[in-house]
Amino acid sequence: MVSILLSGFGGQGILFAGKQLANAGMLAGKEVTWLPSYGPEMRGGTANCSVIISDDPIGSPLVNTPDLLVAMNLPSFEKFEPRIAKGGTLLCDSSLVSAKSTRTDIDCRYIPATALADEHGLRGMANVIMLGYFLSFNNLFDFDFFLDAMCAKIPASKAALIEANKKALKLGYEYKG
Amino acid sequence: MAKSLMKGNEVIAEAAIRAGCRLYFGYPITPQTEISETLAKRMPKVDGLCLQAESEIAAVNMVLGAASTGARVLTSSSSPGLSLKSEGISYLVGSDLPCVIVNVQRGGPGLGGIQPSQADYYQATRAMGHGDMHLIVLAPASVQEIGDMTQEAFDLADQYRTPVMILSDGAMGQMMEPVDFEGHTPRELPEKDWAACGTEGKRRHNIVNSLYIEPDVLEKIVKERFERYDAIAENEVRYEDYLTDDADIVLVAYGITARIAKSAVNACRKAGIKAGLMRPITLWPFPEKHLAELAEKTRAFLTVELSMGQMVDDVRLAVEHRVPVHFYGRTGGMMPSVDEVAAEITKIYESMKKEA
Repeated sequence: MVSILLSGFGGQGILFAGKQLANAGMLAGKEVTWLPSYGPEMRGGTANCSVIISDDPIGSPLVNTPDLLVAMNLPSFEKFEPRIAKGGTLLCDSSLVSAKSTRTDIDCRYIPATALADEHGLRGMANVIMLGYFLSFNNLFDFDFFLDAMCAKIPASKAALIEANKKALKLGYEYKG
Repeated sequence: MAKSLMKGNEVIAEAAIRAGCRLYFGYPITPQTEISETLAKRMPKVDGLCLQAESEIAAVNMVLGAASTGARVLTSSSSPGLSLKSEGISYLVGSDLPCVIVNVQRGGPGLGGIQPSQADYYQATRAMGHGDMHLIVLAPASVQEIGDMTQEAFDLADQYRTPVMILSDGAMGQMMEPVDFEGHTPRELPEKDWAACGTEGKRRHNIVNSLYIEPDVLEKIVKERFERYDAIAENEVRYEDYLTDDADIVLVAYGITARIAKSAVNACRKAGIKAGLMRPITLWPFPEKHLAELAEKTRAFLTVELSMGQMVDDVRLAVEHRVPVHFYGRTGGMMPSVDEVAAEITKIYESMKKEA
């Protein structure tokens, strides 16, 4: 079982990124849950969602001590970094979070996802870059499997987004920090 | 059929359509608005109607009108909205009209908050309206169960001529899980020969009504309705047992809280504490006989709710002081963590050990 907490500002595609993980998990035949924060945070404040991917039926869908934290702003980093499970992983968008973790019992990885997105004309797709990076070090999903799962969710009316998503996912996957 | 990843609220909407419901009347309120939102998109595609009324009171009375014609009809709201609908719900019961009512609970009282809660248990099971009355109250604990149970709710409503409530909460409504719509087996249902749907000049007209001026007539009708309630209590009680057979402590929890309780039971089992979980699936009728049986085997109960303690009353009534019944709750939209519940189990277990 892997428990994931994704967090950032509303509008960064935090919930979207979480859904891609849950959806890929479902397509891989796993048990999955996706639970969003909801309320005023969706309108510009912080947003987060809990994702669990498991071989066994899932009890609580709430992730309090994540195995993986994706933090895409400073308030999320400050709030959730102390809660990462021992031996867990921090994935931080270092273009938006200047702070660094001082914990020695977790694996910390810093990716300038927002800056990378801007440099490559992929504004607003830092979330997908983070997902791509996640795929590069975690063996939960094969890159092509995940890409297909994600692109299948993009409606025909937004087909132009497929190429951009592909590019962003690859960019994250190949990033060597 | 392949599973889809859907929110609990969206699944209620989709399952209602699959159950043949073509009429929805509602008024928006967080955290259940995805039900209306989904039906606003879907209903026109199946020649149905999704209508946003001017208020909850209007919506519930539209339900009464539509149900009188024998149509399958749905309404949904969240806690404050249900209070507004309670008058109409009593009229629906008094008129013996089938319909499905959804409450995606949020914190209260008053406008309260918008986060998940289970503080409407009393309202749903005791007094969803004035008068001698009950509703069938279903409490799903997974998105798949929401899908199956929503379809089942329409069948139960038609079979027993009663409103059926799906008691959900903000977390169940917002959570996504894989779901398919294949799990429901339709029941054989009686003809709706009572419906006021036009006679075409071929029979006497039907009257749908909840007013009986003569007390002896009203008493007779209420007593007949309670015979139906007896049949429901006899035939429709549902629950899930999880590791209760050898349990020293049995948790009782429903809906989203049952999910947290199950994880806490697993954590305690790993630590050598024999914990189990009894999850009521029907809150009315309540699985009281089953609890009484469990009370003969276990040493204590712990009821966990997102409230200050409501279902715990039903647990105590069923257990009849055979063993202690403890309570742990969070309220106002707060949810307990698995660790919190596990700590509560451990505390009770330690004190039982000391006494022994």
